[in-house]
Amino acid sequence: MNREWLRAVWRAGKATVFFLLLPGLAFADGPQSVPSIFAPASTPASDIFSVSLFVLAITGGIFVVVGGLLVYVIIRFRDRGDQDDDREPAQIYGSTQIELAWTVIPILIVVVLFLTTARMIFAIQDAPKPPDALDVTVVGHQFWWEFRYPKLGIVTANELHVPLSSDSQPEPTYLKLLSADVVHSFWVPQLAGKTDLIPNHENITWINPKHPGLYVGQCAQFCGVEHAKMLLRVYVDTPAQFASWVKDQQQPGVQDPDVAAGRRIFETQACMNCHTIRGTAATGRFGPDLTHLMSRSTIASGAAMNTPKNLRQWVEDPDSIKPGSLMPAMQLNDQELDQLTAYLETLK
Amino acid sequence: MSTTTLIPNTVSVPEQPWNPPSRGRVAMYCLIVGESAIFIIFVVAYIYYIGRSLYGPTPKQVLEVPIFNSICLLSSSLTIWFAERSLERNKIKLFGAWWALTLTLGAIFLVGTGIEWHKLIYEKGLTISTNLFGTTFYSLVGLHATHVIFGLIGLSVVLAFALAGKIREEHSERIQVLSLYWHFVDAVWVVVFTVVYILGR
Amino acid sequence: MADRTFPIEGTLDLTPPRAREHTWLETVHEWVTTVDHKKLGILYVVYALFFLLVGGAEALAIRVQLARPDNTFLSPEVYNRFFTMHGTTMVFLVGMPMIFGFANYLVPLMIGARDMAFPRLNAFSFWMTAFGGLMLYYSFLGGSGLYGVGNAPDVGWFAYAPLTARAFSPGNATDYWALALIVSGIGTIGTAINIVATTLAMRCRGMTLLRMPLFVWLNLAVSGLTLVTITPLTAAQIMLLIDRYLGGHFFDTQAGGSAVIWIHFFWIFGHPEVYVLVLPAFAIANEVIPVFSRKAIFGYPAMVAASVGIVFISMGVWAHHMFTIGMTSVSNAFFTLSTMLIAIPTGIKIFNWLATMWGGKIRFATPMLFATAFVFQFLIAGLTGIMLSVAPFDWQLHNSYFVIAHFHYVLVGAILFAIFSGLYYWFPKATGRMLNETLGKWNFWLFVIGFHLTFDTMHFVGLLGMPRSIYTYEPDRGWNHLNMIVSIGAFIQGISILIFAANLVWSLYRGKVAGNDPWDAWTLEWAAASPPPVYNFPIDPAVQSRRPLWDLKHPEDPDWKYE
Repeated sequence: MNREWLRAVWRAGKATVFFLLLPGLAFADGPQSVPSIFAPASTPASDIFSVSLFVLAITGGIFVVVGGLLVYVIIRFRDRGDQDDDREPAQIYGSTQIELAWTVIPILIVVVLFLTTARMIFAIQDAPKPPDALDVTVVGHQFWWEFRYPKLGIVTANELHVPLSSDSQPEPTYLKLLSADVVHSFWVPQLAGKTDLIPNHENITWINPKHPGLYVGQCAQFCGVEHAKMLLRVYVDTPAQFASWVKDQQQPGVQDPDVAAGRRIFETQACMNCHTIRGTAATGRFGPDLTHLMSRSTIASGAAMNTPKNLRQWVEDPDSIKPGSLMPAMQLNDQELDQLTAYLETLK
Repeated sequence: MSTTTLIPNTVSVPEQPWNPPSRGRVAMYCLIVGESAIFIIFVVAYIYYIGRSLYGPTPKQVLEVPIFNSICLLSSSLTIWFAERSLERNKIKLFGAWWALTLTLGAIFLVGTGIEWHKLIYEKGLTISTNLFGTTFYSLVGLHATHVIFGLIGLSVVLAFALAGKIREEHSERIQVLSLYWHFVDAVWVVVFTVVYILGR
Repeated sequence: MADRTFPIEGTLDLTPPRAREHTWLETVHEWVTTVDHKKLGILYVVYALFFLLVGGAEALAIRVQLARPDNTFLSPEVYNRFFTMHGTTMVFLVGMPMIFGFANYLVPLMIGARDMAFPRLNAFSFWMTAFGGLMLYYSFLGGSGLYGVGNAPDVGWFAYAPLTARAFSPGNATDYWALALIVSGIGTIGTAINIVATTLAMRCRGMTLLRMPLFVWLNLAVSGLTLVTITPLTAAQIMLLIDRYLGGHFFDTQAGGSAVIWIHFFWIFGHPEVYVLVLPAFAIANEVIPVFSRKAIFGYPAMVAASVGIVFISMGVWAHHMFTIGMTSVSNAFFTLSTMLIAIPTGIKIFNWLATMWGGKIRFATPMLFATAFVFQFLIAGLTGIMLSVAPFDWQLHNSYFVIAHFHYVLVGAILFAIFSGLYYWFPKATGRMLNETLGKWNFWLFVIGFHLTFDTMHFVGLLGMPRSIYTYEPDRGWNHLNMIVSIGAFIQGISILIFAANLVWSLYRGKVAGNDPWDAWTLEWAAASPPPVYNFPIDPAVQSRRPLWDLKHPEDPDWKYE
């Protein structure tokens, strides 16, 4: 009878949590627009998910017991005003046995909880790195992400492409986290817990996404005025998609003679001081690499979609899209803006 | 007419003698605990940054161990203790003499620190902004020197009262509380000296 | 005339000789120059209540901005200043002054003393704290302004380096933050020293340490903890100012310095700080719950031990705020363990409160309503704290709205509720009048509804991946409706606080006259008049047990027979 009751309570509890988290839970496994930590699609995230269920069960149980006792006490022992009000109830000053009981039981719970947690910490943090893992270096900037693939010779920004990793063909991605300025934090909830990017302090995290598609996240450590718009997009590609993406990214920048005027503007204005376009004289490192700008679906680290209109507006006045971003308005006239935008549009 | 309820005042069971500690002493111990916490943070920063400066003069290159200064400061703890004992035995003039000696030794320490810093800045080129060593060195030693200054101010006030003939045996307790602060300043110097001039070099 | 040579039992005529009416200016002068712990206590509490309204207004502005995605009510610069100032205000200008106000007022009365150990230090400390707060708010006016919010700090209340370096925070906003808190920190240390000295040196005859009211015990523990909590922050802020003004490199990563060391120093302050804030809430509950349950507190020695245990363990858990910075797995495991350990003495306290209420005759006047909600909400807050202590779970939850929900559950659901409980309980002592019960119930229930609407919901939006410190959010992430609910609850809480403010003002003039002991309580402050004369007690009390007034009221069954 006890078992049935427990099972019923367990099911009721799960149902409550489920309904409250409905918007976030994945109905099918895989990426979704809601970056819920309860919809894991990669081993670190799913390990955390299972440990979190265990913790929720224990704390939920404690809540039911202690909270229930509290509710019982305030109902059962309230002053109903019927008896003679002069008599005080029996004064009980304490009981060593009871004190011992409710010290020992929590200690035992803590021991169980700690051992489970410690095992998980070591499993995730100290997981041995397979030799064929993909290496990506992530450099945090105010307010954008730089992604370098050292072994593939690729540099891109804001949108990370990683290969699918299935159980039969594991291909984890190891991310080395650095910062060029202040403290940031890399958080894509469906793929892993967050890890900070700290200047002068290298961190490592890893993911092995099991379902292809787009996973979203954002910077999770306040890093200045546009922290809120330092968004993350992680594209998990099938092996074929990833190979094709790598090949495209490894090409130098497109040199379309039709937009030579725009390119000249790029090279003679201060653009090249901050940005790199491989194959041109622009080798700036302060801002994102623009060699394959048009392969990205957003600009300004997710602050706007990558459309010609937005691109033009961004170049004209970055503060109108992301006030406080570190890119200055270049004071170009309309004609220059059109030519420059046309050039940038060719950088596929 | 305003009245008060019963105030418990009689104690039917005989109690032990009632001797709470002196409030000045408790307060000084609390102040010392708080100040120790501040010093610990600066010491931790110093230790953490040992050997981590990217450039600039290193401790080994520029630091000379201030033996004479330290002897002066640490013996001032002894002289102040003699002063306390003299006052307890109502030897006011002797108290004044020991007290003045303490003040002098403390002042010598301060002047010595100043000379050391002058040399470091103008001859060895080490300032607070030179490198990590410079920053942590001047901060830690400077924090200590600031506390020496506060102590000297306190000592001077007492010396002024002593010279005016206002100090008597019944002020022993208060003098001892102030001396506690001075002993604290000396104890901190032991730690700072060890960390900076021994561990750090 | 009473004097010590003959024992006094029974009533005394304390009618003061006819005093002339004070002019307005004389009253102001009296309050500004006072060294009386009662007046200073009231000054602290009024100061804290004022800044509660200010910080609350900042919170409401934040919630208006976040009620809808891509909102433009506050620009990013202004939003960042508001959330920084909201946090800094609530911790340093509301929390700290409030707890020191209560301690200042009540500790001497509860130990049968005439005043604090150092009355002038007391006044100095108050005015330093007050001035620090004004300096912080002056930042809104100083410097080149943006829409009139000037140069207020905008680096988060935690002010991580190197964001606070000159390079990334030009202007004086960060300097206001550091200087204001150093100044108010000096005041805090002064009061902490005062409370420890008073408690150890000025207890009345017969009041051994184990006969002090638990309120006094907890404030002693808190004051001791404060001495080693605020000082690391002061040290770190001095280092920050050295970096910003003297070219120092404490947190200069370009010179080999470490950003992580700021994070360590800040949380070495920051974690014990939250225990400094919550222990006085326990202190209030320890007085209110027994009186309204009509029973002695269950397990007094265990409560003392648990409180002292919490103080010590709290100094060893700080890096649970740093699980994501890349510490070794061993460090992460250590801090998980130490954080879980602190749950044990905390749980013991909750159980003891439950046991106190068990078998009692509970009267649900407004103080007890707030105290009961405090226990329930503190239980939940502690449980979400345990969830956060599990480092892998924290790798997801850190810096998300789940954490904000957790700590507001503690700060508002536990601490602010306990403070309201204490205000309703001791207002009669301080003013001689009761707060209105009807308005009190409106205050309570609106607050409960608004509180749960806001902070229960907030847990879920954190679980869905919303990070903190963001001035807006993407509209397609499933956070929209939850944020709207959170914002609505905030406004309900705001209305509840306004009702309290109205109650306060109304009751000062029209509240029911209270008498010395309106709640039929048992500790010494209820033996003094309401409000107490400046000397507190006409004769020095002497006690024989933990509940001296119980002994007087129940001479056939006094406490000292059982202790």
